[in-house]
Amino acid sequence: MNEFLRVAWLVVRKDLRVESRSRELLFTTVFFAISCVLVFSFGFVRGGRAVEGAAAGILWIAVAFSGTLALGRAFERERHHDALRGLLLAPAARPAIYVGKLAGLLLLLAVVEAIVAVMVAFLFQAPLFRFPVRLFALLALGTIGFASVGTLFSAMLVRTRSRAVLLPVLLYPITIPVLIMGVSGTAVLIAPEPDLAMARLWIGLLFFFDAVFLTLALWTFEPVMTE
Amino acid sequence: MPYSEPVHFERITVADVSRHFGRRRALSRVSFDCAAGQIVGLLGPNGAGKSTLLSVLATLAAPSTGSVRYGAATPGAAGAALRAQIGFLSHDLQLYPELSARENLEFFAGLHGLDDPRREAADALARAGLDDRADDVVEGFSRGMRQRLALERALLHEPRLALFDEPFTGLDEASCVKLVRRLRSLRADRRIVVLATHDLDIVDGLLDQALLLRAGRLRPLGGEGTLRERYRAAVASGEAR
Repeated sequence: MNEFLRVAWLVVRKDLRVESRSRELLFTTVFFAISCVLVFSFGFVRGGRAVEGAAAGILWIAVAFSGTLALGRAFERERHHDALRGLLLAPAARPAIYVGKLAGLLLLLAVVEAIVAVMVAFLFQAPLFRFPVRLFALLALGTIGFASVGTLFSAMLVRTRSRAVLLPVLLYPITIPVLIMGVSGTAVLIAPEPDLAMARLWIGLLFFFDAVFLTLALWTFEPVMTE
Repeated sequence: MPYSEPVHFERITVADVSRHFGRRRALSRVSFDCAAGQIVGLLGPNGAGKSTLLSVLATLAAPSTGSVRYGAATPGAAGAALRAQIGFLSHDLQLYPELSARENLEFFAGLHGLDDPRREAADALARAGLDDRADDVVEGFSRGMRQRLALERALLHEPRLALFDEPFTGLDEASCVKLVRRLRSLRADRRIVVLATHDLDIVDGLLDQALLLRAGRLRPLGGEGTLRERYRAAVASGEAR
């Protein structure tokens, strides 16, 4: 297990080091998420008042769209110069490579979500931080569910020519439940009369989804990566 | 080594290996074997299947039919323990251009579970003659420098089987001489070296076994003259057929 985590950490550290030099993923993803929220704010805020219930949907749409953008680029570094084969030839557990790539993406999306959540709370005057722990749980579990499926698909499609088109086509039908749970959970938290029992239910369902899809992804990553 | 015990093998046996990509047949019933202390050359025109065969030997691609055995081990059963004994320099160099030469080597040394990645990386940089550029990002390196670095990356963990796809690409004359010397030292260490190359003049006299691949099939290479003459004769006779 220590060996597994050590390899995953090596991959995360490598990705962070590369990102700290290129800032390619961070800038594009953050810029895209901010643009998304700004555009929606012009459509859904009239006379300083936001349309009721819009904030939860817009928060998750920004997360999903910017997450898709990041996922599409997740394995590009490995594809260029064939570094993926260098990784796969290492005598390490291949699921550890998957976990490393996933963890790197989660860190990136955490930065994006921190910015987007503040923007949505401000522009839509939504009490997003009334229950900060529950909101954190929803965002964290939702992002893990979305990114765990997306990282697997991104790896699967790395050798495919039309991967940019295929990724959202494959990703959204499977991750729609995550987005629905995220939106619904956030909506009940920021409603004028919050329903904490329902929020707990959505968090529980997200946890279940994550457990199933993480297990499936770890199980299938090795055969998927063998040519 | 923190991983499970590496597989030890003295011979590779390729038996009736075919590899299809959809309807295209990249390799067709290829059979040969090679022993420890041998350098095997894969020769052939572009698209003959040399890189595919190297990928199969590296366990990165599974044969559609046939089998490859590493001593008594098979890729399916031995998995990571077998990969620990394979070093692969592909035509694309498997380096991260945003990282420095040292960071690239330390990363791969870490992945291979070497005890002291820093020292291993420093030694490899010295062997590549890149100590003075160790902390420069690879993006700024010439093709020859990248090639030398990638070669050391492939040999960092002292693999029993070293696979090289066009190892002389981009190297100047002095670097080619060094590489030939390195290949000879690998042979002296009883490693198995398989290299795909078009640089027939450089490898003439170096190879213990030369295999000609044409359209995915192994063809006989005649016995008279220099390697280039034998290669030309074999290719011409294949075209005439």
